[in-house]
This record gives sequence, structure tokens and C-alpha cells, in this order.
Amino acid sequence: MAKTNFVISREDWSLHRKGEIDRQRHQEKVRDAIKKNLADIVSEESIIMHDGRKVVKVPIRSLDEFHFRYDFGKQQHGGQGDGNSKQGDVIYSDPQHGQGKGKGAGEEPGVDYYEADITVDELAEMIFEDLGLPNLEQKKKPEIASESVEFKDVRKKGIASNIDRKRTIMEVIKRNALQGNPGLHGITPEDLRYKTWETTYKFESNAVVLAMMDTSGSMGPFEKYIARSFFFWMVRFLRTKYNNVQIVFLAHHTEAKETTEEEFFTKGASGGTRCSSVYKLALEIIEKRYSPQDYNIYGFHFSDGDNLSSDNENCVKNINALLEVCNMVGYGEIEGPYYYTSTLRNTFKKIQNPKFTCVTIRDKSGVYPALKKFFSQTQEQK
Amino acid sequence: MSCLEVAMEKISAKAREFGLDFYDIFFEICPADIIYTFGAYGMPTRFSHWTFGKAYHKMKTQYDYNLGRIYEMVINSDPCYAFLLEGNSLIQNKLIMAHVIAHCDFFKNNIYFKNTSTAMVESMAAAANRFREYEFKYGKAKVESFIDAAIAIQEHVEPRRMIRKNSKKDEASKHDCRHKKPETPYDDLWSLDDKDTFKCDTCDHPRKFPTEPEKDLMLFITQNSKELEDWQRDIMSVIRQEMLYFWPQMETKIMNEGWASYWHLRIMREIELDEAETIELAKMHSGIVQTSRTHLNPYTLGLKIFEDIEKRWENPTEEEKEKYGRPGGEGKQKIFEVRAMENDISFLRNYLTKELVDDLDLYLFKKMGYDWKISQKEWEKVRDGLVINLTNCSFPHIVVQDGDFNKKGELYLKHYFEGVELDVFYLEKTLPHVYTLWGKTVHLETRLDNKPVLFSYNGEKGSKKFL
Repeated sequence: MAKTNFVISREDWSLHRKGEIDRQRHQEKVRDAIKKNLADIVSEESIIMHDGRKVVKVPIRSLDEFHFRYDFGKQQHGGQGDGNSKQGDVIYSDPQHGQGKGKGAGEEPGVDYYEADITVDELAEMIFEDLGLPNLEQKKKPEIASESVEFKDVRKKGIASNIDRKRTIMEVIKRNALQGNPGLHGITPEDLRYKTWETTYKFESNAVVLAMMDTSGSMGPFEKYIARSFFFWMVRFLRTKYNNVQIVFLAHHTEAKETTEEEFFTKGASGGTRCSSVYKLALEIIEKRYSPQDYNIYGFHFSDGDNLSSDNENCVKNINALLEVCNMVGYGEIEGPYYYTSTLRNTFKKIQNPKFTCVTIRDKSGVYPALKKFFSQTQEQK
Repeated sequence: MSCLEVAMEKISAKAREFGLDFYDIFFEICPADIIYTFGAYGMPTRFSHWTFGKAYHKMKTQYDYNLGRIYEMVINSDPCYAFLLEGNSLIQNKLIMAHVIAHCDFFKNNIYFKNTSTAMVESMAAAANRFREYEFKYGKAKVESFIDAAIAIQEHVEPRRMIRKNSKKDEASKHDCRHKKPETPYDDLWSLDDKDTFKCDTCDHPRKFPTEPEKDLMLFITQNSKELEDWQRDIMSVIRQEMLYFWPQMETKIMNEGWASYWHLRIMREIELDEAETIELAKMHSGIVQTSRTHLNPYTLGLKIFEDIEKRWENPTEEEKEKYGRPGGEGKQKIFEVRAMENDISFLRNYLTKELVDDLDLYLFKKMGYDWKISQKEWEKVRDGLVINLTNCSFPHIVVQDGDFNKKGELYLKHYFEGVELDVFYLEKTLPHVYTLWGKTVHLETRLDNKPVLFSYNGEKGSKKFL
């Protein structure tokens, strides 16, 4: 028989972690890249419209490994058919680029960007890192402050229902071991340990946010998408960061009405625009349900600014009334394909109250800056 | 002895009987994540970098979702290392062992591997250790971003440097002075190649740096950059050495996989199998040779060409007998000769026939509007198109034209344009990496829309101008 010229072995690889370590570094870089591209990612359709899936895909370019290479789209490539291919056969079609839609991923030739999987929660955490409700004040109503009990200490005396079983057993084992008779047997009163609690009061400011959206006919799919992107993140952000924030959804065209969250995010409407209607409704709701003494009140309104011009003065009046009771009022104007000069924004230039903030959004990447502008906390709040 | 060892004994005996000549083999049975690590790094012992983590993540994800599977991995060294996936069935392992043996035979006998180090596992491990020390000394971030820059041009090496340099030297000294009388009537042809390199009005023409356009950017920068510290030069030369080591594997991918597939079929046919095993084997083999409309499968293409060569030399047609003096009965001898002498380019150029292109239904396709359409079915054009794509391992041919451009030590690179434009987005993102390595303004000349164009990066911003 020939000499053995092979060896078969099986080693212990459990400590071999190189791939994992470099993978973690890669993941870190992915997160950094996402952070840098938040403005684009925030308004990705796949996220705003995500169907409850936890993981979304976000395209990022900065993780490419750049090198000199040919333009893939200008090269000829080799392929293999099933026996019947003819010149001119289409073997693959690129997805057509819809409005602002990223390239789809898959098996197509020459995909050259990196797609990262990320959970919506992780993404939200990054987006919300620096955001907060501005001008938040401690309101009255201490009864709302939540009282919570936390077990923070272990003592030798206590009530029987609070015996800390684990610590007690550890004491038994320790004592037996010291006495040279190891094992778990014979619990004596000295071994008993009790948990003790402390009461903590968590003072939380109550806040209510009025989400106001123009759903009139002039708000096209793009404008609605932008407004909803903003509110999507706003709602998520408020629910992630604060326990006691209530959100009221108001939609309007010439008339305003309170809607459910679902209606707010899905239903369209048509007709003319009278923005003052929603401000009036907001004032009514505040008066009835949210006393400014007890609540931090915020109002955010998104519109394309195409308001009935006779209504503009009314709007200024109402906004001023809102500013009396609110910590902050934000107005976001989405600049559509048609440019008007007599938009609501121009009318609002008269308002000189520091609690009033106005932003203009021209495209999808404007959503993130708008969030940042509305929810930037003052220095001492951070 | 375990079942595996018994099986390997049989398989290797069979392989030797067929005439395969391979290095000794260390088989290691590993869990999936280990094999994927090795697959991502190309080697069990290589320096750390996030790009490997990215490759690993991708492979691992595909495995976790059952989209792809590496059954084995072989390292070109003496002895060869082969890693088998834990959980492979016995019959899977048998096929893989036969496949691995053929790879090891290929590594040992193909001419393009003659100069690869057979101790690369050890030198890569040593380099990885040094890199770790650099991280410790100069900081992880600094080392990482330097590696980022170095790998951006890692494909730009010259694997045939030794051969080319020697012949060029004589030639250069020969036409140092153009006005000398040519030695033969054809000697003036040499100067056509580089008429803009030498401005030879008198004998003391301006010295060029480099004297010849240099394809090995990695080497040129390592040797001539005034920016680099010793540890950085070390990283550059390690990455270059590793690229030179992987280069023959890249330029013989189709042959090597074809050869291994050919032999796993041949050897497994000789091994006794029961019905279930036969079916499993057939399934596995068909998975390996599955074809795709948008990619060429090197396993399939290589296998078919080897089988075709064997057939044509074993039983030549009357025409072949007469025209090429091929007596017949030389099938096996011929494929062993091909495995020793060719690389993918010459393999396709010499042995991809009209019949094969038609049988395999090979074609070229390209992008037209939103569609990728079949652009070429004519066999010679298909063959030539495939060869063109494989040239220089599919990387653009770029040389250092001038290492002292503008007399300010700037680096002037030139892309030898061969009909396909460079990816401009990538180009503009790569130049800053070259700047990191060179430390002064870098330029790259290429062609866009059939016009020469110069991209530059000066450390702050990039620019582009048509020449």
C-alpha cells in the first residue's frame, strides 16, 4: 500500500473568531454610513411604507470598496442560455426608476451598491439620537407623576415575602464550604437575605402634539408622502422617547376634522384649502382637553402652502393664538412642482415669535433636516 | 481508520492510477462559520480588515438562508490544506475529496503556479501578526484606513515582471539613441510603441521616471513614494505579495474548476455506490454545473472544454487526422498537457470551438436602455469577447507614466484604453486613496466618449479636464 499522503483531522475551532470580529467592524462601519446618509434614508419608501417587518433594507454607497474598474454597463458580458437563445433576446431588465425610488436589488448584473439590513428600531434610535421636544417645561399635575418601586438593596432583615432566594442559597453554600462540609443543606436564620425596595418618583412632563396635515386636492402624492414621512418619524420618535405624550391627528381641506392615526396616514381627500380651519380646531381641542397649565403643547402643520388667499390673514391670527398656549408651533411647507409666490409661508413671515418655526421641504432629503429643526433641544435640555 | 480515511485511501489510489500528481493534503473538518471565514479571507491566516468581514457576512448570510454553500476550500501550498464542511454526508465528502485532489494536482503542475510561494500560509500568518502590532503601535483606525488605501490599487501588480523587465532593458539600451543605425530593417518598429516616451533630439534626452511605463503600481509606489513610513511600506508589499499569490488562481479559474470537476466525475464513476448515493451525487454535481443567463459558470465551461479536448484527441475526425496529423488515442495525454501549459485566456483561445459555443449556447450580452440583451451569438466573436473580459484578470490596465509629473513629484497614471470606459464614479473615489499613498497630486488619463481625459486629485478636490 502506498504511503499515507493525507491527513484528516478535526480541530477545536471554538476560539476562532476572526471572521466575527471583522464582521462586527464592518457592521460598525455600516452604522456610521447610515448615520451619514440619514437624510436620504429617512424618507426611503421601503421604510415609511414598511409592512410591519422589523428589518428593512437601506442602500448605502460609502461602503463600496473603490478601485479602478470598468464601467459594467458599457461592457459586453458572457452568459449561457438553455439552448435556444437568439441575438436580441432580453435576458434581464433593470427596474425602471420611479420617482425617487432606489434601484432594486437582486440578481441583476452589475449591482454596485451595498444594501444593509437594519431594524426599524435601530434606525429610529440613530435618527432620534439628538432629537427632543423643545422648550419642554415641568407642568403641574404631580399626581400624574408615576411612582415606581425598585428593589435596590439586599439586607439581613426584612419581611418574609421578600426573601432573596438566590442570595440566601449562596450564603448557605458559602457557609457550608467554610465549615468543610460543602453542599446545599441546612438553612439557618443567619443565611436569610431580604430584598428591600425604594420608592422612586418619576416626574414626567405631560405633552400633547397636534399633528396637522393638509389633505386638500392640491396636495399631490409627493406632497402627501413628504408630510406623512415627517409624521411617521415624529410619531415614532415621540413614542420611543416619551411615555406621556399624546398625539392628536387633524386633517383638513376647507374644513378640519380629527382623525384616527390610521386614517391620518392612509386617507386622501380633495377640495380646496382653508388652513385656518385646522388651527381653529386645534385651539378648540386644546381648550377642551389640554389645559396649557398641565400640558406641554406642540403643533405641527404640513401643507403645500396653497391656501385660499382670503384666509391667510386668518391663519396668522390663529397661529398667534396657538403660540399663546403652545410651547412651539411648527409649519412645514412642501414646495411642489409649481411655485407660488403667495404661499402661506410668505404670509407667516410676519410672525416674529421665537416659538414659531418654519421649514421648507423641496425633496425627500428635506425630511430629516425638518425633523432636526423642529425637535432640536436647547442646550440645557440635553 | 474512519470511513472518511478509508474512502480517501481509495480515492487517492484511483487518482494516482489516472496519473494525477498532487501535493500531500491536510484535510480539516470545520464548522460552517470557519469555512466561511476562510472563504472570505481566501486563506486561514490573513490580516484583519473590515472588507473581509463584509465578505464573510455575505457568505454566512447566504449559507444561513440556504442560498449558497461552500462544500470545500483548498489552499495552494505544499502540503495543500483542504477544509471540509462539517455535516457533509459521506458521499458529499467523497466527491469533494476527488475534486480537491484534482485542484492540488493543478496547483502542483500548472506552469502559472511555478513561482507562487508554497509556504504562503506561514508568511500570511506572520504578516497578520505584524499588522496587529502596527495596530497596537499606531492605532487601529490609522492602520485600517491605510489598508483601505492600499487595497484600492491592489490589483495593479505585474505578475510577469521578471520576464518583461529583462527583455525591456536590452531593448531600452538599444534605442537610447535613435539616430543610431538600426541593426535590422525592422528595428524601428520597437520605437512605435513609445514614441512619446523618448524625445530624442540629442543623445542626452530627458531622463524619464520611470524609464518604462510601470504596470506594477503597488511596487512603484512602495519603492518611490516619499510619503510612506516603514510600516506602511510593509503593508503595501504584503498586500502586493498576496495579490501575486492569488493572481495565478484568478487567471486559471475556469481551467482549475473544470479540471477538478472533470476528475470528480471520472473518479466517482469508478467508486462503487448504492442507489441513494448515486442520486445524491448526481444532484450535487448538477448543482455545481448549474448555468446562469447572466454569468458563466467556470465549473461547467472548464469541464466541457476538457471533455471536448479529450474527445477530439482521442477520436479525431478524418479531417483532423489529416490536417493536424493527429493520430488518435492521445486524449488523456493531451488534457494533461493542457492542464500544465495553459491559462484561461489561452485555454479559451485555443480550445473553445464553434461546436462548444453552439452546444453550450454561449453568448455575449450588453446593456441597451433598461434591458440587458444578447448582443453576440457568432462563435468567434463570443470567444474573443470572453477572452477580452479575462484579460489582465478583468482589471483595467493602468501604468505609471510619470512619477515626477509637472516636475513637482506628482503621479501621472495612464489607462491603456482598450474600448471599454472606466467607471467614473469609482475612479473619482479611488484617486483620493492613491493620493493617500503618494502624498502629492495624482492624475489618471483615460478616455471618455472617445476623447482623452485627465482626472486629477490634489488632496482637497478632484477635477476632470479633456486633453
